Amino acid sequence: MASMSGMPVLEVAQGAKDQHMVINMGPQHPATHGVLRLVLEIDGEIIVRIYPEIGYLHTGIEKTCEAKFYHQVVPLTDRINYLDPLSNNLCYALAVEKLLDLEIPPKAQWMRVLLAELSRLNSHLIWLGTHAMDIGALTVFLYTFREREDILRLFEAVAGQRMMTSYIRIGGLSMEPPLDFLDRVQAFIRSFPEKIDEYTNLLSGNAIFRNRLQGVGHLSAEDAIALGVTGPPLRASGVDFDLRRDMPYSSYEKFQFNVPISNDCDCWARYEVRLIEMRESVKIIQQALDGMPEGAVKADAPKIVLPDREKMKTQMEALIHHFKIVTEGFAVPAGEIYQGIEAGHGQTGYYIVSDGTAKPYRVHMRYPSFPTLQALEVMCKGRMLADVVAVIGSIDIVLGEIDR
Amino acid sequence: MAETNTLMGKAAVLEGLAHHPAVQAVTGWNADALIDAKFDFRELTLTIAPEQIRAAAITLKAAGYNFFDDLTAVDWFPASPRFQLSYHLLSHAFKERIRLRVMLEEASPEVESITPVWAGADYYEREVFDLFGIRFEEHPNLRRIMMPDEFEGHPLRKDYPVEGYR
Repeated sequence: MASMSGMPVLEVAQGAKDQHMVINMGPQHPATHGVLRLVLEIDGEIIVRIYPEIGYLHTGIEKTCEAKFYHQVVPLTDRINYLDPLSNNLCYALAVEKLLDLEIPPKAQWMRVLLAELSRLNSHLIWLGTHAMDIGALTVFLYTFREREDILRLFEAVAGQRMMTSYIRIGGLSMEPPLDFLDRVQAFIRSFPEKIDEYTNLLSGNAIFRNRLQGVGHLSAEDAIALGVTGPPLRASGVDFDLRRDMPYSSYEKFQFNVPISNDCDCWARYEVRLIEMRESVKIIQQALDGMPEGAVKADAPKIVLPDREKMKTQMEALIHHFKIVTEGFAVPAGEIYQGIEAGHGQTGYYIVSDGTAKPYRVHMRYPSFPTLQALEVMCKGRMLADVVAVIGSIDIVLGEIDR
Repeated sequence: MAETNTLMGKAAVLEGLAHHPAVQAVTGWNADALIDAKFDFRELTLTIAPEQIRAAAITLKAAGYNFFDDLTAVDWFPASPRFQLSYHLLSHAFKERIRLRVMLEEASPEVESITPVWAGADYYEREVFDLFGIRFEEHPNLRRIMMPDEFEGHPLRKDYPVEGYR
């Protein structure tokens, strides 16, 4: 974050003082998707330098985690990337489960895949709507938010919450999904591919939209790797890497899906890669529905997983375990773990250090938007000022996960 | 990659994972720079001498660990050495991640920047500097990133209180 006394963060280079100018964009700017401040050095309308100023949403969430029990951290994870909540839950739960060496029942794993993909659709729909709106195609926003609403209703059905789900817990899921949940998901994904056609009808043939994206924001594969870019922007730069396929977790290895790649490296490539990813997510959800195993959604670990409400009212042990978990937490073996997953925006990673007590010694969250923002200057340098808006839209950042 | 369960200590890792590409790269470069090593939870951790971290990063990048994934610190206050830096490197070819660990004394928490190796380490090093007060030599712009420039103290240190005023 910048100086509070108003000191300039960017000075025009000596020798260019007559030509260049420093202007400010944000932190309250609708196209910055949150509170991002960009300090731009421009030569006429051409970008010379970009200096992103972040930290306006910094809440010290990693410090907060150190004062909580392991299970109390789950609701905090929702609030980091609030557009893709279930991926955050999933990544944290997988990391702690690795430390605990917990066996997760197959149904919980498949439900996690299904929910992570729904969450990815949710994230991509917001990206598509806001990206198109930044470019000036206002209508698409209304269409994508219509489908997003359907997804949020599905989240509400399982978790009781639309956005801050906290549904994926350490050891499985917080509870059984409602009886009609899978039918509702089936109904949603049956109609969803047509909706993607609707978006592409509105955008792909739109000459203005096409010209604003094609050839804009070029990011080579070398730059993308050097700057730590992950997810759809990396794959749109021609790097064939997806953690779901290459380092599978939560039984992703049992699903068949394609990883879309583009070698065009521009904003249009990122648009196309994400659209194909949405279609692939529908395929994964269909496979999860078709092969959904029977059984429990919680691991058999009474000292770690909260018991069902009914058991608490009838069984003494369940009540004791519940009391113990809520008041004392559970000890996690000492060690350090890094778990990465492929979330909607790219690679999310949790690095957890345990000292053997019931509270994490250190939780570090690696979120994809943070390194991706570094690539902004590379993509915009030498381009027009208006392209900055298109590029920010195409890399799909969330400031909550940058500032943490 | 390896089927081994847990290996503790440099000797055990050098013996048990002799064919691991990262272990081979480090021993082929400078085995003395490797202070300690462990393999647990299916993750390989190599502890590197602080003054060798950039050379180690160059070596491992050449050995196939092409992607810089993450950097953060852990404060082991009041133990000594106090600070631990954890670098996570990912290999797109081996589909595997390794961790480099650097231990730093409280008196001089300073280490070479790896931004010449991966430009993407820029923000991560600024974040560690901001929240832990560890300095990175030759970093192009070592300024606070989350907290305001005038802020005093480093909030993620363990002797920094969780609540209330300082």
